[in-house]
Amino acid sequence: MLAFIVTTIVCFIIYLLLTIGSATGASDFFNLGLWSNEEILFGVILSVIVGAIGRKIFVKKDFRMLNPVRWFTFLFYLFIPFFWGMAKANFDVAYRVITGKINPGIVKISPGLKTDLGITMLANSITLTPGTLSVDIDEDKNDLYIHWINVKKEALKKKPIDYKYVCGSFPKWVRRIAE
Amino acid sequence: MMFSIIDIIVYIFLGVGVFFNLLAGVGLLRFPDVYTRLHAGTKCTTFGSIFLSGSVILLGLRMWWFGNTDGSILAIHTGVALVAILVTNPTGAHAIARAAHRSGVKPVKAVVDDLEGGTTKKKSIGKKTATVKKKEEEEG
Amino acid sequence: MGKEDCRMIESFDTVYLFVLGLLFLSVIMAVIRIIKGPTAPDRVVGLDTVNTLVIVGMIIYGVAAGSVIYIDVAIVYALLSFISTLFIAKYLEGGGF
Repeated sequence: MLAFIVTTIVCFIIYLLLTIGSATGASDFFNLGLWSNEEILFGVILSVIVGAIGRKIFVKKDFRMLNPVRWFTFLFYLFIPFFWGMAKANFDVAYRVITGKINPGIVKISPGLKTDLGITMLANSITLTPGTLSVDIDEDKNDLYIHWINVKKEALKKKPIDYKYVCGSFPKWVRRIAE
Repeated sequence: MMFSIIDIIVYIFLGVGVFFNLLAGVGLLRFPDVYTRLHAGTKCTTFGSIFLSGSVILLGLRMWWFGNTDGSILAIHTGVALVAILVTNPTGAHAIARAAHRSGVKPVKAVVDDLEGGTTKKKSIGKKTATVKKKEEEEG
Repeated sequence: MGKEDCRMIESFDTVYLFVLGLLFLSVIMAVIRIIKGPTAPDRVVGLDTVNTLVIVGMIIYGVAAGSVIYIDVAIVYALLSFISTLFIAKYLEGGGF
């Protein structure tokens, strides 16, 4: 039941965001100048339908993501370490596009994350940050196979490779957000 | 004065975004194999999209500041589109990379390939479909 | 204030159209990769890049034309192109759907 309520509320918030500016005038029930009655009514109906259909997909076992501390940590992570890594990645790719120097390879790392959401977030972060692209995943142990555009010699000495060479402190952040 | 500064920021964002989007095209043409092309095609277009959408959001916020409600609609809808790009783009790249590796494309000039030979395909699913096929053949 | 407002936004029209032209140049390079690509995954990479560029182009054109409906179309296009990319990748893997 709680899963249904959470899914419905999230859908309704997204619907409200997309229909801002549909106000017709003083006849609105919520007279904020943002939404008309029809949009709110239809939004409620649609979100209840979507919540009934998608509650098992949207919410897995527990409700740990309802904690606001995790949201603010996520926003902080998105705007400061992640965006900085992404900017570095793009100048790195720009350098390699212009000079054509590459030294690629596929390496395996084990970040030690357990949840699906955490491993998804880490894989997407890795794809968007310096010189790395997640290729495949071992679903039993949650190991990631990563295509690395510039393999460092000192990283290859130890097997399996320390994830600090590939993705820096991202697993630490992701563990704080999603686990 | 303040709004002319915002104009300059909008122009800078447009320039940076277009530069990275063009770089994605050049990278697609210059790199030697699928994986490196994915590097160019994913990262550069996502970063360029962030900056182009950012300029549109700034423009919308400025319109909203001057009392035009269309500005807020512009900013919010562009923000939703940006979130859609940010979520879907790396996931699509991951799907393409995995498909390329499983269909047998090897990385060019690879120093190391931990994935070579080993497969992470779930054995149970493959076996199930194989047995189902056999059954169908026997029946048919 | 209304008139002044409109004029300020119109001053961006030509700039955004110019940006759209440069994006089109990038689309052309990706299309060259689609035509040349030695293997099928190369073509899919080109197609994915074209999809992202078209989404951004729709946003930019929405500003240049002054109507928000293009941006709604861009949101839907982003989600649909993602699904199409996933299906093509699934097909290339050789697995059943």
